[in-house]
Amino acid sequence: MKISKEEVLHVAKLARLNLTQEETQRLMADMESIIGFADKLNELDTDGVVPTAHAIPMQNAFREDEIKESYPREEILKNAPSTDGDGFLIPKVVE
Amino acid sequence: MKYETVIGLEVHAELATKTKIFCGCKNEFGGEPNTRCCPVCTGMPGTLPVLNKAVVDYAIKAGLATNCTITKYGKQDRKNYFYPDLPKAYQISQFDLPLCQNGYVEIDVNGEKRRIGITRIHIEEDAGKLIHDDYGNESMADYNRCGVPLIEIVSEPDLRSPEEARIYLETLKSILEYTEVSDCKMQEGSLRCDVNLSIRPVGQEEFGTRCEMKNVNSFRAAVRAMEYEQKRQAEILDEGGVVEQETRRWDDVRGVSTPMRSKEDAQDYRYFPEPDLVPIVVSDEWVEEIRKTIPELPEERKARYVNEYSLPEYDAFILTSSKKMADFFDAAVKEGAKPKPVSNWLMGDISKILNDKELEPGDIPFTPAQLAKMIALIEKGTISNSAAKKVLDAMFAQPDDPEKLVEKLGLAQVSDEGAILEMVNGVLAQNPQSIADYKAGKDKALGFLVGQVMRISKGKANPQIINKLLKDALDKA
Repeated sequence: MKISKEEVLHVAKLARLNLTQEETQRLMADMESIIGFADKLNELDTDGVVPTAHAIPMQNAFREDEIKESYPREEILKNAPSTDGDGFLIPKVVE
Repeated sequence: MKYETVIGLEVHAELATKTKIFCGCKNEFGGEPNTRCCPVCTGMPGTLPVLNKAVVDYAIKAGLATNCTITKYGKQDRKNYFYPDLPKAYQISQFDLPLCQNGYVEIDVNGEKRRIGITRIHIEEDAGKLIHDDYGNESMADYNRCGVPLIEIVSEPDLRSPEEARIYLETLKSILEYTEVSDCKMQEGSLRCDVNLSIRPVGQEEFGTRCEMKNVNSFRAAVRAMEYEQKRQAEILDEGGVVEQETRRWDDVRGVSTPMRSKEDAQDYRYFPEPDLVPIVVSDEWVEEIRKTIPELPEERKARYVNEYSLPEYDAFILTSSKKMADFFDAAVKEGAKPKPVSNWLMGDISKILNDKELEPGDIPFTPAQLAKMIALIEKGTISNSAAKKVLDAMFAQPDDPEKLVEKLGLAQVSDEGAILEMVNGVLAQNPQSIADYKAGKDKALGFLVGQVMRISKGKANPQIINKLLKDALDKA
C-alpha cells in the first residue's frame, strides 16, 4: 500500500511530532513496509472469526470499591516541571 | 419556511462509587487540588489500571433502568487526544462494545407519552480540571477528578424540541437518582450534557446537518443553547445558506454559541482496544443480581401517588422527579400528615426556598417529622398559614421542633374569642364608615375590617374567628 506524504504528516501531527523533510521521506518508506507487512493478514480467510481484542485468555479482572490512601501531594507534584505547590503549572490553554 | 428540530443528547453522569474507576483514590467532589491522586490516576509511566467492579455494576443498573440490552462481552478502548486535563494523553472509554445498548426512556410531554431511544451507555474515566483564573499566562492542572467514573448515555435523535429535551433530561436525572447510580448534583457537575441539533423542513425525511454543542453545564443552559441553535440554523437556511457541521461552544453568560472546530479539523481519536485491561464478560446471573437491586422507579411512584393519595398528576410528577423530595414526602406522610398539604408545602414554599438558596431537596435541614408537626399545628389552629411560613423559614435557619419555634417566635394564633371580640369592637368603633358601607352591601368593607383586626393582633388572631365575630357584630349593629 502506498503511503502519501500527507498521511505521514497527519500521523505526525496527531503525535505532536515535527519531522524534517528527510525524516518524512524515510517514514513514508517505513510506514509503507509496516502496512505492507500487516496487509499479509488480509490473505487469510477470517469469515466467521470473531474480532480479537485481546490475545490473552483472561477476563473480568476487577478490584473491589475500597478506598486506598492517595499519595501525598508533594509526591504527586515532585516531577512537575513547574508547580506552585498546589498543582501542575502549564502554559495557558483555553479550548 | 417551517422547520422541525431534531435533537440527540449525550449525557455524562459521574457514578456514586466510593473510589475512582481504576485506582483506590476517593471519588469525591472538591478537596484541595491534587490531594486525591496516585500514580495510576495521574498517568505515571509504568502504572496499570484495575477496573472497579462497582463501576460495571452501576452502569448495568443504569442500563436495566433504561430498558437496555446488556452486552455479554464488552471491552474498553483508548481514545487518544492531547489536552493537559488528561495526563495520560488518552482517555479509557468504550468504543464498539459498550456495556449497554438499545434501550429507551419513556417521557411525558404534556400528558402524551413519548419513547426516546437510548443508543448506548458506556463507561469511561473523567478528566481533570484546568484553572485559568489567577494564574496569569499559565493554567493550573488539578487532577483530583481524573479517573472519576462516568457513564455516557447517548440518546437517539428522537427529541423534537428543546422542551422535550428538557423533559428527557429531567426524566433521566430522576432515574439515575432513584437507582443511586449518580448523586446528580448539578452544581458539582455530576451531570453534564452535550447537545446534537439539526433542523429540517417539516415533512422532510432526511436529517439536516447537525451541530454539536459543548460546555452545557445545566439543564436550563441546555434549553437556552438549543433554542439559540435552532434559531441560528433556521436563519442560515432562510437566507439560502448551508449549515456547516461543526462543534460549538455555548457561552451561557452571553447567551451565544461560537464555533470551536469544524468538520475539517475534527478530532481523530484513533480508538484501539485498551491493552492494559481485559474484556468484561457479563453473565445472566450477574445481570439478574443487579436487576433485584432496582427500586421503585419514578413512573411507578408517580402512579402510586395518584392512585393511593389522589394527588393531581402534576403534583405527583413534580414530587417524584426528585427521589430525595419523594422520600421526604413519603416519610412525612408516614408521620401522619395528610398527603395534599405535605405536597403543597414541598412544591410551594419549600421548593422556593431551596431554589433561592441554590439547594437541592437532599439538603432540606429539618426532618419529615418536623414538617408533619408543623402541618398538624396549622390544622389544630395553633398557627395560621402565614405564621407557618415564618416557622418554615426558622426551620431552614435553625432546624428545631416547630412547637418550640412557634413559642420562641411568639407566633401562636390567638383563638380566644373574648380577646378577639375586644379587638373587633375597637376596630368597629373607629370605622363607622365601613359599617355603613357593609350595610349598604359593599362586601369589600368586611375584608377591610378583618384586615384591621388582623393588624392590631399582629397577625396572630385566628382569621375564622375574626370573620365570625365581625359578622355577628355587624349584623347586630
